[in-house]
Amino acid sequence: MAYVAIADQVQELHDPTTFIRKYIWSQDHKVIAIQYGITATAVGLLALVLSGLMRLQLGFPDTFSFIDPVNYYQFITMHGMIMVIYLLTALFLGGFGNYLIPLQLGARDMVFPYMNMLSYWIYLLAVLVLVASFFIPGGPTGAGWTLYPPQAILPGTPGADGGILLMLVSLIIFIVAFTMGGLNYVTTVLQARTRGMTLMRMPLTVWGIFTATDLGLLAFPALLVSGVMMTLDRVLGTSFFMPAVVSMGEQLDYAGGSPVLFQHLFWFFGHPEVYIVALPAFGIVSDLLSTHARKNIFGYRMMVWAIVAIGGLSFVVWAHHMYVSGMNPYFGFFFATTTLIIAIPTAIKVYNWTLTLWRGNIHLRVPMLFAIGFIFTFVHGGLTGLFLGNVIVDIPLSDTYFVVGHFHMVMGVAPLMVVFGAIYHWYPKMTGKMFNETLGKIHFWVTFLGTYFIYLPMHYLGFLGVPRRYFALGNTEFLPDSVQSLNASITVSALIVGSVQLIFLYNLISSLFKGKPAGPNPWGATTLEWQTPDTPPTHGNWGPALPGCYRWAYDYSVPGAEWDFLPQNFPPEGATIDSDGIVRSTDGTPA
Amino acid sequence: MAYEAVTNTGETLAVAETHGWNSVISDWSADKQTFGVPWGKAMMWIFLLSDIFIFSCFLIGYMSVRIATTEPWPDTSEVFAMTIAGQHIPLLLIAIMTFILISSSGTMAMAVNFGYRRDKKKTAALMLATAAFGAAFVGMQAFEWTKLIVEEGVRPWGNPMGAPQFGSSFFMITGFHGAHVTAGVIYLLVVAKRVITGFYDRKGSYETVEITGLYWHFVDLVWVFIFALFYLW
Repeated sequence: MAYVAIADQVQELHDPTTFIRKYIWSQDHKVIAIQYGITATAVGLLALVLSGLMRLQLGFPDTFSFIDPVNYYQFITMHGMIMVIYLLTALFLGGFGNYLIPLQLGARDMVFPYMNMLSYWIYLLAVLVLVASFFIPGGPTGAGWTLYPPQAILPGTPGADGGILLMLVSLIIFIVAFTMGGLNYVTTVLQARTRGMTLMRMPLTVWGIFTATDLGLLAFPALLVSGVMMTLDRVLGTSFFMPAVVSMGEQLDYAGGSPVLFQHLFWFFGHPEVYIVALPAFGIVSDLLSTHARKNIFGYRMMVWAIVAIGGLSFVVWAHHMYVSGMNPYFGFFFATTTLIIAIPTAIKVYNWTLTLWRGNIHLRVPMLFAIGFIFTFVHGGLTGLFLGNVIVDIPLSDTYFVVGHFHMVMGVAPLMVVFGAIYHWYPKMTGKMFNETLGKIHFWVTFLGTYFIYLPMHYLGFLGVPRRYFALGNTEFLPDSVQSLNASITVSALIVGSVQLIFLYNLISSLFKGKPAGPNPWGATTLEWQTPDTPPTHGNWGPALPGCYRWAYDYSVPGAEWDFLPQNFPPEGATIDSDGIVRSTDGTPA
Repeated sequence: MAYEAVTNTGETLAVAETHGWNSVISDWSADKQTFGVPWGKAMMWIFLLSDIFIFSCFLIGYMSVRIATTEPWPDTSEVFAMTIAGQHIPLLLIAIMTFILISSSGTMAMAVNFGYRRDKKKTAALMLATAAFGAAFVGMQAFEWTKLIVEEGVRPWGNPMGAPQFGSSFFMITGFHGAHVTAGVIYLLVVAKRVITGFYDRKGSYETVEITGLYWHFVDLVWVFIFALFYLW
């Protein structure tokens, strides 16, 4: 007898009854997603405050006595690491991945809910270990978020006593947590889809998260190994990454290691990491644009293949972060070529987003504003990537504010635009309430325009040659005085943009209590999560029967159709869509 | 060609039977699931893929520091030689360890076979034999570590024979692999206990035995690479 798909088997659900089983030790993917989301946001706010402190020092040097160079390097390190790993990776995969994968695929939960729950608690442990480093003697590490040896573990670097160890241990714990969650996401996508849901009918959101998780499972091992090796260097005095060093006039016991090996391992993780953050954003923004433009995504198949191609290519470009590291110059030629090849699938995606908007029936609602904002910021960040991908252009721009402007635009602002857009888009489904539209629009315009006031001048500073990671510029002959005024203006903009995020949080929290009921499908969206019998969806998601999937996720404005959207569970034999946007069979029962 | 499968709810499903590339295409274009295997087995394969990258990074890192270090690398066939009954035999202990571990893969494969035949006693016995082989391997590894640390004076940060990275890489890589074997022994014992108590008879499937086997064969295969790249190079 052939093996029968588990999606075809009737499952008995044991709904948790106690508060603790329901909301604390919950195995429900939706609760875990929200736990991930809240934790990531909380630690992200900490990183936001750190960036504000850094900007205060840069904009108004010699004014704030409580920020000394040691603090400054600690802020820079923790800001970078938290934002990239503990906020963006955790939020996109642990948060949105957990919430959306089972719902959009018509599954009841992740394949192994218990392991999924463990994933969150281990992630929380990683966050606590990281935050604990603020409270130990010497404070957190100040090695820069890339943690390059030898300086990361040598005395004289802030946090070389305990901070660096807690950082490495926290990263290793995070990787364990990510692996537990990631195995769940990948297996769920491959093995637990509902009937009719083929891979090529999956919403691009799931494609983006799925491919990003694959990248994570193959890239985090390199970070794990470099973390283990550096821990051994620090604790046991091995010399994996440590060459012979004379420090403070004293010959240390290290000899014969290779610091460039760490850079290779780190960036073999670090570059895919960029796409671990970017690919879910690509996927989600595709769905937002299509839904709010009431138009099918342009070139669905090309969008899928572009995601897969970018994912594959991301493993062969890592050394473009190392053009000035002293590696063999011929490598630069290879890595510049592969880097620029990535521009092709990326450009396909940008054109397809634009063509999706072309002659669409665009509703400028808050999620759509953020989605369009993403296209702008991503194109700007992507274009400066072409500068930095070329060895010969990169060398003078390396370690200047141009780099800071570039990666904040492409990896900070652009994905965060999608995070905000996605939170506004799915907030009605997650809570059953509608957010405040006006506050949302204020949040968008201040954030969107403000980021340009922050990051565009940084590109100019970079051309002038302002070095990054400097606590203070001091009397620098080659820099004009205007650099300082620009820095002050950047700081003011950053503080405004930072504080406007409080409006966002206020909106989310107050709408929970005061928001109007949203209904099950307020945007008229086609994907399955909007078809759940309850809003917010309850444990098991679908009631007694799983929804079927009869079409792709982009049937908007189908010529000749009675409704301007046909959800994925709209059967070929016809049905009706009620005023809530829910598909009903012609006899009125749920489809 | 097509045949029918019956689901738990009594529905019959037509299942297309295909071969070669056509079956790959039909797998990937199917709904519900891509591979006709249980969730746990699919997840184990994906985990092993990730684990391959971990061991690859360890081995590439080791090879990289071996090239980078300025001091000569100790001669492994001498370091790991043993003198038995007056005979000086290079790599003797490692050869025995390798033999034991590869034999354990044989007993594991037989356990999977008997599991699918629902032969509880033989499955459990073979799994316990596999676990015993694994425990013997870890025991001999402990002996090897003791010999190196106590008699040869090898430390993670240095050794009398040459490059300090020799000891660092040795302890890190064999330690990480040994931890995998130890975890595998515990895993085998847990599953063997469930075989004996009839857990899988009640569940109606012995797939877990095969999933355990996947992990065990992987750990075994990794050892072959460690053996080739660390001991023989």
